[in-house]
Amino acid sequence: MILKMKKEDLSAFLESAKEWGELWGPTRKGDKVAFEKVDALSQMDLKATRTIIPPKKFLYPPRFTMFDFDDGGYVERTGEVPNRILFGIHPCDTHGIQTMDKMFLEEYKDPYYAERREKTLLLGHSCIPDEKCMCSATDTEFIAEGFDLFFTDLKMFYLVWVGSSRGHDLVQMRPELFNRDIGKDDIINYTEYRSWKSSQFTSKVDFTGMPDIFELGYNSPVWDELAEKCLSCGQCTMVCPTCNCYNVVDEVELGTIDGTRDRFWDSCMFREYSVVAGGHNFRDRRADRLKLWYTHKLQAYIGEFGEPACVGCGRCVATCPVDINVVSVSKALKEQEVGK
Amino acid sequence: MKRLCVVVDDREVEENPYKPEMWRIVRRYPLTSDVNFFQMRAVDVDDLLKMDYRPGQFIMGSVLGEGEAPFSISSTPSRPGLMEFCIRKVGTLTESLFGLKENQTIGLRGPYGNGFPIEKMEGKDIMIIAGGLGVASLRSLLLYVLDNRDKFGNLVYLHGARTPGEMLFREEFMQLKERDDLNCLLTVDKDDTGQWTEREGVVTNLFKELGPVDAKNTYVAVCGPPVMYKYVIQQLVGLNIPKHQILMTLERRMKCGVGKCGHCAIEYLYTCMDGPVFTYWDVLHMKEIIGKGVSDNVIA
Ligand SMILES: Cc1cc2nc3c(=O)[nH]c(=O)nc-3n(C[C@H](O)[C@H](O)[C@H](O)COP(=O)(O)OP(=O)(O)OC[C@H]3O[C@@H](n4cnc5c(N)ncnc54)[C@H](O)[C@@H]3O)c2cc1C
Ligand code: SF4
Ligand code: SF4
Repeated sequence: MILKMKKEDLSAFLESAKEWGELWGPTRKGDKVAFEKVDALSQMDLKATRTIIPPKKFLYPPRFTMFDFDDGGYVERTGEVPNRILFGIHPCDTHGIQTMDKMFLEEYKDPYYAERREKTLLLGHSCIPDEKCMCSATDTEFIAEGFDLFFTDLKMFYLVWVGSSRGHDLVQMRPELFNRDIGKDDIINYTEYRSWKSSQFTSKVDFTGMPDIFELGYNSPVWDELAEKCLSCGQCTMVCPTCNCYNVVDEVELGTIDGTRDRFWDSCMFREYSVVAGGHNFRDRRADRLKLWYTHKLQAYIGEFGEPACVGCGRCVATCPVDINVVSVSKALKEQEVGK
Repeated sequence: MKRLCVVVDDREVEENPYKPEMWRIVRRYPLTSDVNFFQMRAVDVDDLLKMDYRPGQFIMGSVLGEGEAPFSISSTPSRPGLMEFCIRKVGTLTESLFGLKENQTIGLRGPYGNGFPIEKMEGKDIMIIAGGLGVASLRSLLLYVLDNRDKFGNLVYLHGARTPGEMLFREEFMQLKERDDLNCLLTVDKDDTGQWTEREGVVTNLFKELGPVDAKNTYVAVCGPPVMYKYVIQQLVGLNIPKHQILMTLERRMKCGVGKCGHCAIEYLYTCMDGPVFTYWDVLHMKEIIGKGVSDNVIA
């Protein structure tokens, strides 16, 4: 279902939606953009391209407690999650959340992720690509599902996609703000918007054929050259919307056996990631860890699901201090040379 | 406000797959200097019923405050009621397990992993080759086949250890030698007791004693230290055993056991969900493993 809304009505709509839960959106502090809790639309920066950390942090926090334990056993810790409305989620990040859904909601459903997912409404918003965006290369520049509502800014008005029953419920809170009068001009307007958006990409990256190139380049010295630069800092995995790896530790209160079992983001770039009993490390070399990450994103995942695990958000490009990212790695593999 | 018919909370009825349930240690005794045998009973009988496992599967075991790790199940589902494990002391968690007394509790969840393809193995000749701690998961398979003896063809059990003192379940396997429905061959690298009545030498020496093998009709399960694999696989391929009928267990770091934490991924496979039992044919397709040689990557 696609509806139309006057741009000046958005603020009133979000005000009403707040009755359901906290409103969160992209806000800017200097050159940093992050999702923050806001009171009103006016505090958000809807022109910002990407937040540093993707919205995965709401569904899957960087650190949280899974269980409290004492000598009676383990008691699940849930029920602390507020209802949240995330406004301004871009298509790439919505695709990222769908990848996370596949990971966490299918076999052995993850109750912590499921709870947060249920208590979060995703209100998407269209975006203007910058030079780091490459969602056109990963086929994630538009989105047809996975959101509750999606607002496409057509300058004079919004087209609003209703993507779920919950999204429809939200619309029903202020039905007078929406209409269905979509005419010839609106359709032309939307068509032009799509071609305009597609024309905005400057990134030349092309992922076609990557699975074969990875296979062919499995033993390429390019990996060692990249590894020499990599700092194993793991920032790439923290900012990537499709990275889901985690670690678990037990924290004990001093002098007791009571404590918590906590879970936190881990990174396959860390040296300890693949160590097993006896100290054997399956991926002791940095090159092997880089290979794992990039093969996972651009080869193995394609083999399994028919699409890359990269949603083209450009965060690894914006974040890695030594310029290792999906663009530079795929280029290096194709050209068999690490660019400067 | 109009009520939103969202947030259908169906969590009440769903299990938390990460939640350990409490099991009581019924017996614990040393098998060797650094390996202990654990026999466990569920505190709550429902948890016993949920533990409906097959040979080759593993559980995640927790000690309060010390963490959680994967351990193979050493008992067989054909003898329900108790679960058995054999565990080597290597670090924090295993050390604290060794400090527990009988009647104390630990947390268990599972069973996880694919386990051995029992249905496909039925009707076939079975060869089980164990070395070192590899016997942890193979004992489950061996006991299962023995308990369902008429469902399988010939049964061969080969077991190698460094010394008689280091052979796990030595007494149990010595008794098996008296049965006439399996060929049980035990060997040690070196007899340091002067009392060892069985073979001396590496496990591959035992192949000479096998007699004719109906290769196409045989499933082999191998689990042992890295060096063992290399030579055993060579022998098996030499015998013409089809590669997809050679079963081996891979070990990887695991934090969840249910395909979420990422640690055990090998390309697009998760050792915890797609394994830990892989065929030699699968392994040949895993570039990351082949690059380093099969021997570095299998369970020790
Ligand atoms: C499918 C599977 C089945 C296993 N079955 C058995 C078994 O039947 N008996 C047995 O004794 N051991 C078994 N292991 C190995 C066992 O899980 C490790 O020995 C155990 O995790 C060590 O924990 P720790 O806290 O004592 O050691 P730690 O103090 O954590 O560290 C000791 C060493 O073990 C490594 N390690 C930590 N966590 C893991 C992990 N989750 N998996 C592997 N290595 C890890 C550490 O990096 C370190 O090198 C199995 C492992 C797997 C993957
Ligand atoms: S690739 Fe870059 S961001 Fe990732 S670990 Fe290496 S240096 Fe850090
Ligand atoms: S690999 Fe880079 S561009 Fe692709 S989704 Fe992850 S952070 Fe974004």
